[in-house]
Amino acid sequence: MYGKKVKLRFIFLTLVLISLILTVFLVLQSLKENVVYFQSPSEIKSLIELDKKRIRIGGMVKERSVFINSDEINFIITDFKNEINVSYSGVVPNLFAEGKGVVAEGFLKDKNYFSATKILAKHDENYMPPEVKEALGDK
Amino acid sequence: MLANQIGYYSLLLGLLSSFLLCIVSAKDFNSSNNKINQNILSLSFLQLMLVVVSFLSLIISFVNSDFSNETVFNNSHTTKPLFYKISGTWGNHEGSLLLWLMVLTLFIFLFLIKSREQPKKYRILTLLFQQIIIIGFFLFVLMTSNPFNYLFPVPNEGLGLNPILQDPALAIHPPILYLGYVGTSVIFSSALAAVVLNYISKDWGQHIKKWVLVSWIFLTVGIMLGSIWAYYELGWGGFWFWDPVENISLMPWLSLTALLHCITVLEKRNMFTSWVVILSISTFTLSMCGTFLVRSGILNSIHTFANDPARGVFILIFLFVLISLSLIIFFIFQKKNYKDLQLFWLSRETSVLINNWFMMYFLSVVLIGTVYPIFLDVISSEKISVGPPFYQKLITPFLIVFLLLMSFVPRLKWIKSKIDNKNSLIIIFIISVMLSLLIIKNLKVDLLFNTILVSAAFFLFFTTLKELFDKKLNIAQTLSHFGFSLLVLSILFNSILSSETITNIKIGERYNYSNGEIFLKRIEKKKESNFESIIAYFEIKDRNSKTIELKPEIRIYNQPKTITSEADIKTSILNDKFLVMSHVKGNEYFNIRYQVKPFMIWIWTSVLLISFGGLMSLFKKKNEK
Repeated sequence: MYGKKVKLRFIFLTLVLISLILTVFLVLQSLKENVVYFQSPSEIKSLIELDKKRIRIGGMVKERSVFINSDEINFIITDFKNEINVSYSGVVPNLFAEGKGVVAEGFLKDKNYFSATKILAKHDENYMPPEVKEALGDK
Repeated sequence: MLANQIGYYSLLLGLLSSFLLCIVSAKDFNSSNNKINQNILSLSFLQLMLVVVSFLSLIISFVNSDFSNETVFNNSHTTKPLFYKISGTWGNHEGSLLLWLMVLTLFIFLFLIKSREQPKKYRILTLLFQQIIIIGFFLFVLMTSNPFNYLFPVPNEGLGLNPILQDPALAIHPPILYLGYVGTSVIFSSALAAVVLNYISKDWGQHIKKWVLVSWIFLTVGIMLGSIWAYYELGWGGFWFWDPVENISLMPWLSLTALLHCITVLEKRNMFTSWVVILSISTFTLSMCGTFLVRSGILNSIHTFANDPARGVFILIFLFVLISLSLIIFFIFQKKNYKDLQLFWLSRETSVLINNWFMMYFLSVVLIGTVYPIFLDVISSEKISVGPPFYQKLITPFLIVFLLLMSFVPRLKWIKSKIDNKNSLIIIFIISVMLSLLIIKNLKVDLLFNTILVSAAFFLFFTTLKELFDKKLNIAQTLSHFGFSLLVLSILFNSILSSETITNIKIGERYNYSNGEIFLKRIEKKKESNFESIIAYFEIKDRNSKTIELKPEIRIYNQPKTITSEADIKTSILNDKFLVMSHVKGNEYFNIRYQVKPFMIWIWTSVLLISFGGLMSLFKKKNEK
């Protein structure tokens, strides 16, 4: 019926199509798994179920809440409505200070306790991450 | 004051020369003369000189700390060392765009000089397309980001350059990267010109390949410089973070690499004509998108300068115009190549095609990971970020196949070929697997996956090494491929063998970690012209009780008031020892992170090898002629 060439071309096109669909599926799947959501302390308070996934929390470091011992740094992130305790071991970015904006990445232990694996570096004293700005309601 | 005015007016004149060039070359296009009108060359040179003068006067304003200039006021300070006053010129939005413009005009001038053997119409048309881009950038600079804005009353002191940008690597990183980015604009313009004139051919391939190589070399080195800077300055202790800004420089690179491979097929076999044009267009578009995303402040990253929506809108419109223009030209003028060219499975052509598929796949992964968060933010205002596992998971499995193919496919000959030396290939493969098994077995990592990955990399490593000695194949190409295998190997072992200790430590305290002891001897305070520094003296004893001394620093810059951490790194052939510290004000503890990172220097070396391969190929081309 069809020439050999047409057949070959047809097989080739099907292969390309299948691999394309597979790729898209693969990409979407891993996107789902590896996306990190950003939440404010208030949003966490209103959670019904605790998520075991990695998230980011942003807000202000509460005044007089930073406490350092030999293996951990503890502090409180607040959005002036709600707050959450954070523990972290590692090097904090240079502009980490009380009363300044901060974004922490890690896992929720419960609604009041967050274990951070990364504190994000911010490089400009006046710079406020857009997420934090929004979380604070443009204060 | 004077420099300011000279700079501004020469920019205006530069724009005027663009229009003049367009008129003169449009007139010359249909003239019967076979040679290009000499006026065009002089005008192009004049335009280049005008932009150079403008750029120089901006540098002079920076050196003299002329704070009547808004750009200087925003980004400089009298106490800054001279070197950083100069590099501060392109360390900001306005200055860096002026640099873009300068490179644009430089490249079109070089193109005109270097393309004398090419048909006249093609040269003129390329010039015209390039002028469209140049006019766009002139307007962009003059309308939204004028580097010569006046400030009155004149402030006494500037705001200073962000201290993390005060660094030698970062002083040369933007110019080199721009040479790569802007080089793609020449490829773009000439591809469009060649499509219009139906000149996509072997000759064109041979001629444009030089430009592809030059852009590719600069882009490769530029990306590497940025990566080195991030490694020691940001203190995150890695060389690639899948940060949006890094991804954005990687995307044109992937596209350009695909083009680099594809163009050899065009050059030798006159195939894949449409694909070459598409790649040329997409490479430049990706470079422009990079500029757009970085400059518009859409990406939340270290490169974000002051956000100004007007700039974003301008680049977006400009980008839209360029893309539609190129697509229209492509669809109207591109002649289908109905010549029945046979394509066999085992041939050099197919191998290049396979390479291109992989490049396109890697490119789409990076593109999706970078753009998806922006997209989601726009449609649902949900804030997300895509983490490194996304890229690793999607790229690594394909990398294995890519490496295996790369090991023997480049040996294939044109048109139709078979695999030679099957035996030696099998032997090398077995050796690679054994070697990887031996190494991975002793490490506490996932055996199967890592063995496969490392074997594939070793396979490429040994085959290319053998070819380097055989000298049968194209040495330049083999060298680049060898460099790539070395890069993959270094990255793999770096990620498998890295170790890290994090602790908080007081002065005089000793801390025992799994591999030894860290001792904070003392701290010292120093005062420099534009910063104060706290230097900590650490002694680190490893298991073999070898002691090394590391002196990380915290710098408190006066203007703008910023604190930076300077990591101290001891580099050796086998590994880097990396120590960075931070300090929360009013606290007695210093937070430190001590990392042992194997083969760091090999990562940089292999990237240099890769680009050196490109350089060899470039010069080989010249010798042949």
